[in-house]
Amino acid sequence: MKKLLTALLAAPAIALASGAALHLDKAPEVQRDNAALQSGARTFVNYCMNCHGLSYVRYNRLTQLGLSEQQIKDHLLFTADKIGEPMRIAARPAEQKAWFGATPPDLSLVARSRASEDGSGADWLYTYLRSFYRDKARPTGWNNLLFENVGMPHVLWQLQGIQVLNAEHALELAIPGTQTPAEYDKTIADLVGFMVWAAEPEAGFRKQLGFGVLAFLLVLFGFAYKLKKNYWKDIK
Amino acid sequence: MASNSNYEKYKSDGSLQGNLLEWFDARFPATSMWRGHLSEYYAPKNFNFWYFFGSLAMLVLVIQIVTGIFLVMHYKPDAALNASGIPIAFASVEYIMRDVPWGWLIRYMHSTGASAFFVVVYLHMFRGMLYGSYRQPRELIWVFGTLLFLCLMAEAFMGYLLPWGQMSFWGAQVIVNLFSAIPLVGEPLSIWIRGDFVVGDATLNRFFSFHVIAVPLVLLGLVAAHILALHEVGSNNPDGIEIKKRKTPEGIPLDGIPFHPYYSVKDIVGVVVFLMVFSIIVFFAPEGGGYFLEYNNFIPADPLKTPPHIAPVWYFTPYYSLLRAMVWPLFGIDAKFWGVVAMGGGVVILAFLPWLDRSPVKSIRYRGPIFKTLLTLFVISFFILGFLGTKAPSYAFFGVIPGAPVAQLLSLYYFLFFLTMPWWSKIDKYKPEPDRVTM
Repeated sequence: MKKLLTALLAAPAIALASGAALHLDKAPEVQRDNAALQSGARTFVNYCMNCHGLSYVRYNRLTQLGLSEQQIKDHLLFTADKIGEPMRIAARPAEQKAWFGATPPDLSLVARSRASEDGSGADWLYTYLRSFYRDKARPTGWNNLLFENVGMPHVLWQLQGIQVLNAEHALELAIPGTQTPAEYDKTIADLVGFMVWAAEPEAGFRKQLGFGVLAFLLVLFGFAYKLKKNYWKDIK
Repeated sequence: MASNSNYEKYKSDGSLQGNLLEWFDARFPATSMWRGHLSEYYAPKNFNFWYFFGSLAMLVLVIQIVTGIFLVMHYKPDAALNASGIPIAFASVEYIMRDVPWGWLIRYMHSTGASAFFVVVYLHMFRGMLYGSYRQPRELIWVFGTLLFLCLMAEAFMGYLLPWGQMSFWGAQVIVNLFSAIPLVGEPLSIWIRGDFVVGDATLNRFFSFHVIAVPLVLLGLVAAHILALHEVGSNNPDGIEIKKRKTPEGIPLDGIPFHPYYSVKDIVGVVVFLMVFSIIVFFAPEGGGYFLEYNNFIPADPLKTPPHIAPVWYFTPYYSLLRAMVWPLFGIDAKFWGVVAMGGGVVILAFLPWLDRSPVKSIRYRGPIFKTLLTLFVISFFILGFLGTKAPSYAFFGVIPGAPVAQLLSLYYFLFFLTMPWWSKIDKYKPEPDRVTM
């Protein structure tokens, strides 16, 4: 009986682990590395922001990454006039739909929405952005091993070079780009790190504050417990 | 012992505060309420761990109301698209998360509070089952409690639509569509509920109104009724015996202690421990691994894109499993209708527990092996039903044991547990109850 119960109780846990999992590469953690996040911001603004907005993030929020307002104005502020404005794109959703067939989504929250049982949203993005390959059958000439028949072309191909699928259905770098594979991985890691930051800019402060709150509650617990003990010492 | 007892009115000692209090007390039952509900409400002295969850449910209710008030100051129930093509309701939640000072904290407290509410309430209900707290003379407390549970489900369901994410939208779409399965009136009824042919701006606005005004009012009223009924008959305890049977010559239960200060100081300890767990989630894992905030809900609602798998939030999943278990169109009526009946019946049947249980003793401490076994199986099957409710119907354990028939079997058990209770609770062995409570 007891064995049966344990088996039943353990079943969900085991079942969870045995689901048909996608293989996702682990995205390097760069949230404490301002240089990496700044590099990610630069890549995002230069490559992604032609089509994808980051409309919940205001430009001046980037000061949180150690940039001065002047630096932001000089190097990143391409789509707005004022530093307090959100990182929107010029193209309108309806126009984009007419041009591309679908509106490229706003990416403010993509690092959160792409999370799943298979891995974090960062892992998904890190794998996705390194999985494009040449496919003549697609209208854009590009396909993706993680996101099959994706609408987006490989915007970063000049950096990565051109990958193809080899006979084993694996990715192979056919023509090198301006970056070495290691450099490209780092570029993507920084970019993904920036998107993780953009998905919840308060996350770092949230965790810091959490330790303070728990420390306070621990002290409060001491007092509350002592008070209870004191009142209850006569109750037998 | 309740507030309607005749307590003496407050007499001033001649000081200014004393005079004010006397004036006040002559016009308002301040003294009698304080004494009847707190300082002279005698609760059994042997409450254990399980007895924290009533006061914690009140705490979570307060957290939800206070954080809710601040959220409403910035949230906009509007399904129209803004300049970036994002629904205003969805964008306003992100505005709270990013641009409202401390907005992220208030929002996470509210979203975590929703899950915490169900954790606390499920444990509170389970306590009732462990110790027979629903038995005579506390049937009405239990019935009010079941209604509270029902209200809480409605409140959570409507609140979940408000962020206007993909799961908000499609979850509401699925659940409201269920009503269309009711014969004859179903189709017009579901349109009436939505205020539109699909979930849309009208639905969002009425759900907002219900979530913020209507249901909380009913909840508060039921909480008052729940507590008044409790204080009328007095609390049960882990031994399931009546402390009012043995009293001092002054009429105070021998095993009773005043709620204040004894349980007020004890509940503070429970509150602090609860807040620690709550804070760990709010500050370090507000998404709760995708169970408290579903990942898909970070994508704005899109009526043209159905997600491949629509799962309700975890607290609904056991009942969602009951719903999905019904796949037969009985009596020529759509299977969906029977699913609704099963889901609704699964909640309503709880209200009948006081009359289904025929055991001569209340507490699990003195009940027999049949009860202990069946209750254990009930808890396990409730968990598995909940787990399966988060999965697609095609899910299989280890990839081989199909989940759907397991859910059907366990759904059957869910109902049989209650429906056969009058029989098995009577024939079960039991131990004699003690005269006095045991610590």
